[in-house]
Amino acid sequence: MNKPHRLRWQAAAIMTVAALGVAACSSSSSSSSSPNSSSSSNAALTASAPGITPTTITIGSHQPLTGPAAPGYSEIAPASNAYFQYVNAHGGIYGRKIIYKYLNDAYDPTTTASVVRQLVLQDNIYALFNGLGTPTHLAVVGFLNSEKVPDVFVASGCDCWNQPSTYPETFGWQLDYISEGKILGQYIAQHFKGKKVAFFYQDDEFGMDGVKGLSYEIPSSMVVSKQSYVDTNVNIAPQVAALRASGAQVVVAFSIPAFTALLKLDSLKLGFNPTLVVSDVGSDPITLSGLLESFAKQGGATVNGNQLTNGIITDEYLPALSTTDSWYNLFVKIHNQYDAKEPLDGNFFYGMSVAYTFVQAMLNAGRNPTRADLVSTIEKGLPQGPMVAPFAYSSSNHLGVTGAYIGTIQNGVVVQQGSVLTTDTTATGPVSTYTGSEQQAPVSGIPSPSS
Amino acid sequence: MRTLPRRLGVAIIVAAIVAILSIKLNAFRDYQIAEIAVEVTAVAGLTVLTGVSGQISLGNGAFMAIGAYATALLLIHLGWPFYVVLVVAAAVTAVTGAVVGIAAARLRGPYLAGATLMLGVALPSIAYVYPATFGGDQGLNVIFNVPSFLGVNFPLTRWQAWVSTLVALIVLVLLANLDRSRIGRNWRAVRDNDVAAALDGINVAAARVRAFVVSATSAGVAGALLAIVTGLVAPGAFTITLSIALLTGAVIGGLGSLPGALWGSLVIVLVPTYVTDVATGHGLSSSVGSNIPIVAYGVVLILVMLVFPQGIQGGLRRLIGAFLGPDPKSRTWRHAPAPHVTPSAGQAPASQHEKEGTPHE
Repeated sequence: MNKPHRLRWQAAAIMTVAALGVAACSSSSSSSSSPNSSSSSNAALTASAPGITPTTITIGSHQPLTGPAAPGYSEIAPASNAYFQYVNAHGGIYGRKIIYKYLNDAYDPTTTASVVRQLVLQDNIYALFNGLGTPTHLAVVGFLNSEKVPDVFVASGCDCWNQPSTYPETFGWQLDYISEGKILGQYIAQHFKGKKVAFFYQDDEFGMDGVKGLSYEIPSSMVVSKQSYVDTNVNIAPQVAALRASGAQVVVAFSIPAFTALLKLDSLKLGFNPTLVVSDVGSDPITLSGLLESFAKQGGATVNGNQLTNGIITDEYLPALSTTDSWYNLFVKIHNQYDAKEPLDGNFFYGMSVAYTFVQAMLNAGRNPTRADLVSTIEKGLPQGPMVAPFAYSSSNHLGVTGAYIGTIQNGVVVQQGSVLTTDTTATGPVSTYTGSEQQAPVSGIPSPSS
Repeated sequence: MRTLPRRLGVAIIVAAIVAILSIKLNAFRDYQIAEIAVEVTAVAGLTVLTGVSGQISLGNGAFMAIGAYATALLLIHLGWPFYVVLVVAAAVTAVTGAVVGIAAARLRGPYLAGATLMLGVALPSIAYVYPATFGGDQGLNVIFNVPSFLGVNFPLTRWQAWVSTLVALIVLVLLANLDRSRIGRNWRAVRDNDVAAALDGINVAAARVRAFVVSATSAGVAGALLAIVTGLVAPGAFTITLSIALLTGAVIGGLGSLPGALWGSLVIVLVPTYVTDVATGHGLSSSVGSNIPIVAYGVVLILVMLVFPQGIQGGLRRLIGAFLGPDPKSRTWRHAPAPHVTPSAGQAPASQHEKEGTPHE
């Protein structure tokens, strides 16, 4: 019997190939050091922290470039990267260039866990920037904090990022969903008095936080139905039928863009036409209109996306996309130079704005920052930059922006209604009018150190 | 049983190599070793079910979910040591596997695929229904630390790689022995012709259920490992994509072959990372650029199946055979029938369908 012989062969083959396979993977690409003239130097630039060399700052992110959350959101990281390239071309951060490495997690938490470990353990990033999604980022927030990696400006409005004692490295950026729910809720309670209101929300932290905020402001007697969906099941016909059966006149949606579009189309099919109020996350008019048209096409129908989004009520913490806005003009200029293949929509604006905030924080952190320097500098507070309301950053508050304005979608753009409103995440905290004014974009396009 | 010491020998050598690699390589490679070990464990169970006993399962991701949630709940609420938790999690999935197996033993081809697909889609969603117990969409956080005797500076990823590899090797040795035992011979007999098997006195239904239990248990163990490796157990990790990836791994590696399970796992863990590195940033728009890795992965799968229709292990065996000359004794009867239980089991010889409802069912 030559069985033993064969087994030995197999064993030898397995071991050789396994060894080769893993060894080959370990030859990671070394960071490319590009010569760069350092501007007006006083202290020499040093490799002051992991991911920082005298010429570069490497940061990383996990983003849904494919999968259910990709429509719209996949444009955010390229927009941020475009802003970083603009900064790099105009002197960088004290002469250092930003290298932004964002990996696709397809909105799957297991993949997030894997790609973030790659970024931290192998690519040696200085900070994780703008990791997108609540369920995905929750899979890595513990790991990042135990590795002491700054976890800045998470692209999710979960108030779970605001736990400075448990997660000292983690900071939110966008308006949290509870505050957002309160701002939308107050508007509904004031403008739709006596109407029947229903909620449509994603069955996770995002949707439930939003509903929590709404419930603080909308009397429960007005609410006739609460329907939830999970982002892996695109059949929401039962929920829409239930909304219709409840006789709701106003439907408030805390949904991602794909499901806002499905809600609209399924309602249309049933001849159900309530006033739609959609959270900022799921209401970008350009993304929505594209999704509406492509979904309808898959179903063999033709619709006009812009027509269908008309009249949707939403909230915005970034300025309206209008040529009279200095930030919009700045970001469009950068977009056309570095990111021209992506559409000019709310996601592009988001990506540029969050990158601007990061550059501001890095400039504040000093010439040779450690990881701890970035955290402590954000805790000292940041100027609001493009946001319409101030940030709440302090050593006891790691949430981001504190307010937004109500807008309605008209012909594919969000038109501001009334003034900016600010609030907090508590049940009793008032929703009040913000009296401060918006900042103007710097002429250079780059923030100056503010502390 | 002369084969057992030999398999143990191979396992110990592989363990030694992994230990050396895990010390030489960086922490992320350690993490990938752990990921591969998790994948191998699950794929090996599936390759035995599909390649050896001739049943298909699109629901092994659900069994992984059961193993993972059992692990998370036991670690969080009872704080037992991991090796105890692992045994209990395996037992829980074994019981579930038996229940599913009893139903599955009556189904064939596309019907079995459909039933297990339903399991794979529906079961992880239970976590959404009982958020208080299962943590809903956020899932459950699992704390898994390096034991104190290794010192405070021992990297967690290396410890994860060691534990996962050890468990994976134990599962592989057990599966290999089972495969070579009377139970494995019965599975092959049932796979090739269930009427002939029944006439030979084999309890066909029992053999099928047994295969399902074995496969589910392997998946459960893999789920338990996944829980301690990623540190989070959430329903988003157990979508139908996972079940299909497992089947992909089994088919690519070579159905019915345990070394093939390793090749398949290497492909499904490593290829996506490689192609992502290649595809990022070439001035493409995000909607094109970000889909390139998926296309490349698909192309790799198609090429492997074109070049090695019997999977990587089948191809290697042919190459080695070409060097060593023909080896008719061990090759023909054992592996040849594997190709006609590919995922499209609907194309199985018609005679098998006609014989449904034999006395044993």
